[in-house]
Amino acid sequence: MKKITNKESILTSANTLRWEIGEHIHDSLVEAIYADAHQIATRSVTAPTVKPRYNFDQRLDKLITSRMFGFPLMFLLLALVFWLTVEGANVPSSYIAVLLVDTVHPLLRNFFTMAGAPWWLTGVVVDGVWLAMAWVISVMLPPMAIFFPLFTLLEDFGYLPRVAFNMDSLFRRAGAHGKQSLSMTMGFGCNAAGVVATRIIDSPRERLIAIITNNFSLCNGRWPTQILIASIFFGALVPAHLAGLVTASAVVAVAVLGIFFTLAVSWGLSKTMLKGEASAFSLELPPYRPPQLWQTLYTSLIDRTAIVLWRAIVFAAPAGAVIWLVSNIHVGNLSLAEHFINWSNPFGILLGINGVILLAYIIAIPANEIVIPTVLMLTVLSVKLSGIGAGAGVMFELDEANAVADVLRAGGWTFLTGLNLMLFSLLHNPCSTTIFTIYKETKSLKWTTVATVIPLIMGFVICFLVAQIWRLIAVSL
Amino acid sequence: MSHTLNAQCDDCPVHNLGNLTKLGINMAQFDFVVALAGNPNTGKSTVFNALTGLRQHTGNWPGKTVTRAEGGFVYANKRFKLVDLPGTYSLLSTSTDEEVARDFILFGQPDVTVIVVDATRLERNLNLVLQVLEITDRAVVCLNLMDEAKRHNIAVDPRRLAKDLGVPVVAAAARQEEGIPELLKNVYDVATGAYVCRPHRLERTAPRLEKAIRELTSKISAEFPHLPNTRWIALRLLEGDQKIIDAIHSGELGQLSRHTQRSLTAVQA
Repeated sequence: MKKITNKESILTSANTLRWEIGEHIHDSLVEAIYADAHQIATRSVTAPTVKPRYNFDQRLDKLITSRMFGFPLMFLLLALVFWLTVEGANVPSSYIAVLLVDTVHPLLRNFFTMAGAPWWLTGVVVDGVWLAMAWVISVMLPPMAIFFPLFTLLEDFGYLPRVAFNMDSLFRRAGAHGKQSLSMTMGFGCNAAGVVATRIIDSPRERLIAIITNNFSLCNGRWPTQILIASIFFGALVPAHLAGLVTASAVVAVAVLGIFFTLAVSWGLSKTMLKGEASAFSLELPPYRPPQLWQTLYTSLIDRTAIVLWRAIVFAAPAGAVIWLVSNIHVGNLSLAEHFINWSNPFGILLGINGVILLAYIIAIPANEIVIPTVLMLTVLSVKLSGIGAGAGVMFELDEANAVADVLRAGGWTFLTGLNLMLFSLLHNPCSTTIFTIYKETKSLKWTTVATVIPLIMGFVICFLVAQIWRLIAVSL
Repeated sequence: MSHTLNAQCDDCPVHNLGNLTKLGINMAQFDFVVALAGNPNTGKSTVFNALTGLRQHTGNWPGKTVTRAEGGFVYANKRFKLVDLPGTYSLLSTSTDEEVARDFILFGQPDVTVIVVDATRLERNLNLVLQVLEITDRAVVCLNLMDEAKRHNIAVDPRRLAKDLGVPVVAAAARQEEGIPELLKNVYDVATGAYVCRPHRLERTAPRLEKAIRELTSKISAEFPHLPNTRWIALRLLEGDQKIIDAIHSGELGQLSRHTQRSLTAVQA
């Protein structure tokens, strides 16, 4: 009994004393701390009166955060990073593809056949699982191995907080937090990483907005899709020497559209489901620091390679199995895939795409990078082209964009299909990794569902609208 | 290092740097817990990487570390668990990050708290240092980014600083892995009690506040005799900090003092 009385007495005295002292304890405490800090610092620190490097920082900041040059510089930098990634990834991608698809795949096939494996086992493992993994590694690894180190260098340099500074007023007007620009930027590499990066936002409401809209940042897994479709449907419209520029511009335009949607949906959310005031915050603009070039490149490269390989095993492999199975399991005289494609085609056409794309997107829920190969394989299947690929449900790499274009046109693709595929790729539901990450971060089934469904519905709506407008224009021309 | 060292080298902790093993895994059994605190963007994660060999992503923007990282290392045959706390400017306000950091230092009772400080912004960083020194008396200040300071022609005297703060101050440039051996040695010394800190405690507060603090401190010391930071607890009570109030109610504060007793007797043994 005595102990409890003592504890209580401590608390009651604290209460009484608090009333006696008044409200300003906190302030006087803080003042005391600052006074001590000042005294100690003055005794230990000798600083020059003129700080030459601060001038450099300030001059650079004047340029980077200026009204006139701030945004153009940001877009230029985005385009540059994009272009470097695309150009740099071309050669390694084809080397890896030649190795994994052209060389190892036939070897594996022979091995399995010679070992006497049943045809379905060979199919699932060699044609499904292995090819899926091979495609993902060859398509994903080089761009990610280039983008993330570039991004890390920018991070180390100290550029990112300036982006947050520039975009802060835009986000505030959208009712969101300025730091959302940072998680949005991370989302350009990987949406799951972007979702985790939203932890820097304290307010739960604004954090949710950032999480839900992160999907509109075009992640690395979707770039190959955008680039290929843009080069087929946009680049083919102009003379060859302009094709590269036009393709890159089209993809950058889609990325910027994504940023626009991020702001628009944030605004919408803060007016409806996530009402509230934008919170104030202070973000320190750190000094510019020279990045450790080689060390960063090396560690980043190793990290990214490991992650891509892991993803290939965990996501692409099962997806590959599913594709093969769905294309080779027959009900009646059509495969499951064909059944679905036929059934969903009307809905697809309404949206300006088609049933093949819809099925491909369902299969590609685990990982966005599987979309194009699945689309190609399913198109071949549904059109029953012969002489291309290696059979039903086998993903393949067509070496030239022209060959891919031919397959797609044979499948009935038009410019509208290509355009809407790019839009749908931007706007569809997040991949399963991201959905899982969102659930882990929010611990709420409700918000995870919202984050999954909003982009999907937007995808349907926007594609539908674009299709209708396009057809109206086409009819009236 | 050649193999013709004499026997005395074996006992010297600096030589035992050779024994420094970097374990990047969650250690089930460890001898000491070390917390890594400091303002955002001061290089805590770089120090963490240097000590544990893990490769946390570092980046030059505040708020980069969003997950609390734990790692471990071995030094002089002792196993250390290292916890990287989120960067905070102060422990007095109410953001979640700052509560997490503060609660870990107070209730997690690390054996040593390493406070990473940006040498180019010492005065601002001292805000957190002084607050941490109010809570714990086992701390080491890591004066990081000395290479940046040199580039800006800022000179910081670690010895003067150590004298004023009453805790070891180690100059370091973690990006270049400079100062890490000295940091390790000082952490080891403070953890084992070989070095006893006399941390600077705040003195210049208003007289009314002082009187109230004195009254509360005596009551708290009577009830929880072995707390090393009664003054800070008193301050938090006067500010109405709910967590501390709850800790007194539940007796958790009492458990803190018992832990301190345990470690005191362990060192003396």
